[in-house]
Amino acid sequence: MAEPKEMITVQDLHLYYGQQEALRGVTIDFHRNEITAVIGPSGCGKSSLLKTINRLNDLVPDVTVTGTVKLNGQDIYAPNMDAVALRKEVGMLFQQPNPFPFSIYDNVIYGLRISGEKRKNVLDEAVERSLKAAAIWDEVKDRLHDNAMSLSGGQQQRICIARVLATQPKVILMDEPTSALDPISSSEIERTMLKLKDDYSIVIVTRNMQQASRISDRTAFFLAGELIEDGPTRDIFMQPQKKETEDYISGRFG
Amino acid sequence: MKNDDIRASLMKRSRAAKNERFGKTLTGLCILIIITVVVSIFFFVASKGLATFFTNKVNLWKFLTGTIWNPGATDAQGNPQVGALPMIVGSFAVTFLAAIVATPFAIGAAVFMTEISPKIGRKVLQPVIELLVGIPSVVYGFIGLSVVVPFVRRTFGGSGFGILSGTFVLFVMILPTVTSMTIDALNSVPRNYREASLALGATRWQTIYKVVLRASTSGIITAIVFGMSRAFGEALAVQMVIGNAMLLPGNLISPASTLTSVLTMGMGNSVMGSLSNNALWSLALLLLIMPLIFNIIIRKIAKKGAIR
Repeated sequence: MAEPKEMITVQDLHLYYGQQEALRGVTIDFHRNEITAVIGPSGCGKSSLLKTINRLNDLVPDVTVTGTVKLNGQDIYAPNMDAVALRKEVGMLFQQPNPFPFSIYDNVIYGLRISGEKRKNVLDEAVERSLKAAAIWDEVKDRLHDNAMSLSGGQQQRICIARVLATQPKVILMDEPTSALDPISSSEIERTMLKLKDDYSIVIVTRNMQQASRISDRTAFFLAGELIEDGPTRDIFMQPQKKETEDYISGRFG
Repeated sequence: MKNDDIRASLMKRSRAAKNERFGKTLTGLCILIIITVVVSIFFFVASKGLATFFTNKVNLWKFLTGTIWNPGATDAQGNPQVGALPMIVGSFAVTFLAAIVATPFAIGAAVFMTEISPKIGRKVLQPVIELLVGIPSVVYGFIGLSVVVPFVRRTFGGSGFGILSGTFVLFVMILPTVTSMTIDALNSVPRNYREASLALGATRWQTIYKVVLRASTSGIITAIVFGMSRAFGEALAVQMVIGNAMLLPGNLISPASTLTSVLTMGMGNSVMGSLSNNALWSLALLLLIMPLIFNIIIRKIAKKGAIR
């Protein structure tokens, strides 16, 4: 039986920070083994949307979420859903590369260690596999026990990718993963992403329109907490249906 | 003509430059006074303290390892009896024990205040800790004398005076210092480490002990050493509960003494320039050198932590 092509389905999602409504009834699907780019001006709720998918918003005080978010058909806001277990399925990459101030090795196996994995051969193998998948194995294989903070920003971000891959999530959320990096590091990260989509579903929030058009299969445009338009990236950029979308991608505002 | 005016005004010292110079002189003078005071204290204590060894010809090794402290008298060979080992042991014992007892409480309280409930932490615990720092040491000593000493006597026997009572009193005294410095150390761990850990499926507890505590280890050690430095130099409160017997302590509940307590007890009873006075200055010198060593350790740790 073929799996449904939707990995994440979001229905009528409202999100409030205290009284302020950050997402106003969002309905959108994210597809399996595709890269979906979420674009829009600052404060349009794209990061908020991302953080509802791994429930990282739970940590912010006074957050209210209504509507449903389903991962693989399972409601992640159901009362019996364990947010900790969910986050093992949904990895996340942040804007600032944030490796722990430990060795590269310890960084990559962090997710496995907290799940109780102790066997050295399993950990060693996971480190090699993850670093290779994040396209940084050749650069660091001789210094796995050096502090990850001694690497460059782009390398640190790829260590973070490896750290997420080691736990073998289904979905990877990326919150402007290259905005703090130089162009060369950015393009390396983009190349890595394109390889990853065979095995993972990726949602990337980005302010870089060229990046969205280069790497994504689908694009969703948000404005003021609402989904204005989504569809195949090509259509969004070549023949946007809504005027707001056209204005934004042609640089008339935002 | 006009050019000459400009030249003249440039050659003259301007008002702003004068102000600048005045400020520099004023602040420089303050620094100079402070440095003079510190250097002269050090010089004074050193010259007095070293006189024991140079003028009175006491053997340094015997001073550090001798166990009989009776500067007024001489032993069978005519050597003065100035063995400081009982006090040195006493000082280090209360310092280390207090630090060992205080550390888990300080870390626990700091974790609660920064990670578990910052709201209650800021509103309730922060003022409490600040209050604890402000209580004069004689009050701590008095409470120790009327509460801790009888408690130790009833529970563990003996007179109640001794290293154990000193440890309890010092534990309470250094706890606020160590706690608030540990809080600073935990707060300096970037928020995004915590987010990264949680996003990888760690529980809050795993995040605390696998990331936050690990990333702030050097800061926490600095806090502990700082607390030890405080405990080592504390005089009054310890003197009130430790029993002041100049004997090598055999156990935790027999009366003992520390470097500071011997100094406060003895300083009124000796004549300037006599051996017993010089011997007290030698103890003071030891007390001066130890915090210096503690400080060097702190700096080493801070440097090591900075590389991460």
